[in-house]
Amino acid sequence: MKKHTLEFEKPLRELETKINELETISQSGKIGIEKEITKLRRKLNKLHRDTYANLSRWQCVQLARHPNRPYTLDYIKLITTDFVEFKGDRNFRDDKAIIAGIGRWNDQPVAIIGHQKGRGTKDNLKRNFGMSHPEGYRKALRIMKLAEKFGLPVITLIDTPGAYPGLGAEERGQASAIAENLMAMANLKVPIIAVVIGEGGSGGALALGIADRVYMLQYAIYSVISPEGCASILYRDAAQAPQAADAMKITASDLLEFGIVDGLIEEPLGGAHYDPEMAASVISKTVTDALDKLKTLNPKKRIKMRINKYMKMGQWIEN
Amino acid sequence: MAAWFKRDKGKLASSLKREIPDGVWTKCNSCSEILFHKTLEDNHQVCPKCSYHFRMSSGGYVELLLDEGSWLEHDATVKSTDPLKFKDTAAYPDRITKYTKKSGLTDAIRCFSGIMSDHKVELSVMDFAFMGGSVGSVVGEKLGRAINRAVENRCPMIVVSCSGGMRMQEGIFSLMQMAKVSAALVRLSNLPQPFISILTNPTTGGTTASFAMLGDVNISEPGALIGFAGPRVIKQTIGQDLPEGFQSAEFVLEHGFLDMIVERKELKERVGCLLGLFRGNQNAVLQ
Ligand SMILES: [Zn+2]
Repeated sequence: MKKHTLEFEKPLRELETKINELETISQSGKIGIEKEITKLRRKLNKLHRDTYANLSRWQCVQLARHPNRPYTLDYIKLITTDFVEFKGDRNFRDDKAIIAGIGRWNDQPVAIIGHQKGRGTKDNLKRNFGMSHPEGYRKALRIMKLAEKFGLPVITLIDTPGAYPGLGAEERGQASAIAENLMAMANLKVPIIAVVIGEGGSGGALALGIADRVYMLQYAIYSVISPEGCASILYRDAAQAPQAADAMKITASDLLEFGIVDGLIEEPLGGAHYDPEMAASVISKTVTDALDKLKTLNPKKRIKMRINKYMKMGQWIEN
Repeated sequence: MAAWFKRDKGKLASSLKREIPDGVWTKCNSCSEILFHKTLEDNHQVCPKCSYHFRMSSGGYVELLLDEGSWLEHDATVKSTDPLKFKDTAAYPDRITKYTKKSGLTDAIRCFSGIMSDHKVELSVMDFAFMGGSVGSVVGEKLGRAINRAVENRCPMIVVSCSGGMRMQEGIFSLMQMAKVSAALVRLSNLPQPFISILTNPTTGGTTASFAMLGDVNISEPGALIGFAGPRVIKQTIGQDLPEGFQSAEFVLEHGFLDMIVERKELKERVGCLLGLFRGNQNAVLQ
């Protein structure tokens, strides 16, 4: 994978490079620089902590979209065993912007459905940058129904800029496909757990996002419209996206504070792309723990609780 | 019958629509005919010459669809708050105040119980005049309550949509209203009570991608713009002009996502007819 470095990651990367160089020299037998290396390591640690303790919302957006960030298939590889991908909506075609299948999550058979972004131009064209057409949401629904039939919990991984806005998507009922998923997920008999692993882009994210428990990775975002979209409508200037991100409050800690999501999953220092194995193991444990609790409820009660949770969402006054 | 439809008709009716001054006119968007507002008003905002459907207020739909004087408004006191302390070129509370003054509405939806051709119904009507009919917490909450009333009273739910989508100023709270209303519809969907979704010009974004597309029957008015993404966004994405008639009600009907297109003047009769047909089978379902 080609390494991509964000502007605010650069000082960290430079320091890392320097340490690596010194380590090479040290290994080649030259003595007396261990002390210097230790000092630099301490400095790197501090710089890491300082940088990530004070991330702006816009920096969070950049991390959520980081080209090196682990995607759905990466997590499936790192977390599950026996994963078998199922393709197609049995109606129009296979939408490669969404991955769906069944496999074992900590030995427990589950259905896994997630948006899939591509790496590099060619792969991104195949995955349509993680932007699904209606058939992607319909494939997802098909697998959810399959999971319901066989009593498998559903785990969704959310990472999309949004549902694709195009001619074919409209012709084939983008709105209808999303709407059907919302209602079907609210009424699904098996437990559903959603994890926003990167970008939670509007209705396209929500179409996989109705769940008993919704978690967000620490540097993931979730919003009604992209910061750029919001800025171009409200400020008539897409370049004001950082301000729009602040105005809409779209980070994991924002949404946790609002009570919209049930938990924040901490990422390795520097973000999930610094240590995908570590990120995967925390996700794996969080989901497994939640599943263990949800499994004890009977399906009717679980659906009732899920519906009530969403019925409470919103803030209004009455007088 | 319950007391709710015996209320003073005059008092309720006067609050539904705004006064129209004499002599004010509009040019028809379609045939360019000069139309006095009074003429349009008497014709439910439809051009008498070419049948072009102008946008109609929520009050207009209530008068069109419910039997005269049978309506009772609910939850008119539910109002927006400012969960994000949102500010763009203006602060959100200031926008709310401005739209409240301008439109005479408290938010982008009004919810009623009433009688429609012998059927007791819940009717909720969105109104474009309030922030483009955008859906925030108030619309979600009022729709949720209306659907619950339909469930409790075992009566049909009718929603007239007119909306540009979710309300950005409420951020994630507005997105979650798509989930909320769809979840509310689950209970209704388990009962033999129809949910009739009427889509008017325009119905786009998250409104279409949730409750508006979930009707047992999806009905649109002729010529209405119906879609998920707005035409401007699609044009920008694909870098070419959109085909003639793209995202029109006729286009959406042709592609299979509407059951029918009904002219406004026939809307009440058609929906009433449907309610009668659906009711015909209820004893069989309930047994
Ligand atoms: Zn005309």
